[in-house]
Parts: sequence; structure tokens; C-alpha cells
Amino acid sequence: MEPHELAIAAKYIGAGLAAIGTGAAGIGVGTLFGQFLNGALRNPSAVDGQFGRLIFGFAVTEALGIFALLISFLLLFAV
Amino acid sequence: MAGETGPAIDPIGQFSITPLIPIRIAGHDFSLTNSSLYMLIAVGLACLLMTAGARGGPGIPGRLQSLAELAYEFIAGMLRSATGEKGMRFFPMVFCLFMFILICNLVGLLPYSFTVTSHIIVTATMALAVFLTVIVVGIYEHGFGFFKLFVPSGVPIYILPLVVAIEVISFFTRPLSHSVRLFANMLAGHITLNVFGGFVVMLLGAGAAVKALAVLPFAMTIGLYALELLVAFLQAYVFAMLTCMYLNDAIHPGGH
Repeated sequence: MEPHELAIAAKYIGAGLAAIGTGAAGIGVGTLFGQFLNGALRNPSAVDGQFGRLIFGFAVTEALGIFALLISFLLLFAV
Repeated sequence: MAGETGPAIDPIGQFSITPLIPIRIAGHDFSLTNSSLYMLIAVGLACLLMTAGARGGPGIPGRLQSLAELAYEFIAGMLRSATGEKGMRFFPMVFCLFMFILICNLVGLLPYSFTVTSHIIVTATMALAVFLTVIVVGIYEHGFGFFKLFVPSGVPIYILPLVVAIEVISFFTRPLSHSVRLFANMLAGHITLNVFGGFVVMLLGAGAAVKALAVLPFAMTIGLYALELLVAFLQAYVFAMLTCMYLNDAIHPGGH
């Protein structure tokens, strides 16, 4: 294998490894909405007041997955 | 690079900045680029919305006025709940940031347009403005008391050095996470849309047997577009909300 081909292979492997992080963010978002639903079914009157916090937590959690996706994209297209 | 991924997909090309009117002053580049053009468009749209919405008039408020009032009430309520009445003098700053980011994100979603907020230099400028405002206001109002921010109350003395170190690090990495969150969301969203759009083109260009499969990435593109509309609003909201929370640290240090 040429060193150049090896570098390309390593680039694609790295992009694939970075994409694992999006799955981890998926766990986080699932936990978030699951716990919210869990609490919401116990006390439905509190749902409207906490919706903003839910969306805020979703955006902050999802951003971490996006960071991993960004690394993956940078490896694929920009390096 | 283009030869490996096929000619249909060039996800990075949409972010390139090109000068429209080259201007050079004293050897520095002050050109009007497509980025600055879209910033001007966003500022113009925001001014238009608020002036037309605030003009009032007789009788029932129109749709435009309702929209302007909705945006005003939304940000005012968020700032008031995060910082109390003392924080309301920062309302113009938070509101400008929110409207600018929201309109930039939404304008950027139009096909063939340019997304200003997908460049880290733009988001970093806004995040640093917030960061410096927090430091200046905090030290101006509380003097040395601002540093109580780094010393949470009720922590046992033997782990206090560790907690203080963590608080200092987390304070100084704020502008980084604040700017990268917005920029990375916009960048990754637009790249994903472009990649799935490229799949449609590639499948249509392939043989007749697989042409019908182009429906699948096309449906995915529509779904992603809806998600991106949500993200465009959400990231503006999150940016404004984090600004409120950071300003709260400047107004009430040691209050957490």
C-alpha cells in the first residue's frame, strides 16, 4: 500500500470513528425526552412551565453530537 | 478531492466568501463580500420588521405587529426570568443578538443563499462581545466581589481549590462553546442537506433501474429541512438564553 493510500484510508476510518459520537448524543437526547415524559406523566400540570428547559437541554445535548459530526465532515471534505 | 466523492457533491463550496465590490483601504481588505451583503440583508429585515410592527395604527393589530410583539415579549420574558428586573437594561443587546442570529439562520436556509452564522469568525465575534460585556459589567458593578463567581458557597475547604480551578476553566471556555455551538450546528446542517441533495442528483444520473430510488434521499432532504428550520430558531434561542445566563453572573455573582 502506498503511503498516500494509507493516509486516505486513515482519513475515512477517522471520519467513521468520529461519527460514533453522534450515537452517543442520541443516547443523551433519548434520556432527556424519556425522563421528561416520565416526569410529565406524573405531573402533567408542570409540563408547560418546563418545556423551555426541555428544548434548551435538547439543543445543548444535540450540539455535542453535531460537534462529532462536524469533525467527521471536516475529515471527509476539508482535510 | 472532487474526483473521489463524485462531481455531484461539493458540500464545502457553499461556504466560500467571494468579494462583490472590492474595496482596499491602506492595504487592508474592506471588500463588500457576499457575507457582508447577507449581514446587511439580515439587519435590514430586522429593522423593517420592528419599525413596521411598531408603527401601530388604528384598530386591531395586524399580523406584522403581532409578530414584532411576540418577539419582544419572548425575549423580555426570558431575560426577566433569568436576570430579574436589574437585567432589563441589557434587553437591547440580547434582542439584537437574537433577531440577527434568527434572521441570518432563516435567510441562510433559502436555496442559493449564504449562511452568515456558519462562519466561526461571525459567531466568535458575537460570543466574545457577550464575554467581554460580562467581565466589564461584573467588575464595574461589583469590583473585587465579581470574583465570588469562582468561589461557590457551601463547598468544603479541602476541595475548594479544585472547584475554583474548574470554575475558572469553565468561565474562560464559555466563549468557545458559545460560538462553536451555533457555528457547528449551522455548518453541519447545511453540509448534511447538501450531501443528501447530492445523493438525489447521483441517483438520477445513474441507470434507469435505480432512478426511482432517488425518492428516498429526496424525502430525507425534506425532513432534514424541517429539522433545520427548528434548529435555526433553536440555536438563536439558545444563544440568547446563554447570553442571559452569563449576564446574570455579571449582575448577581456568587448567586448560584
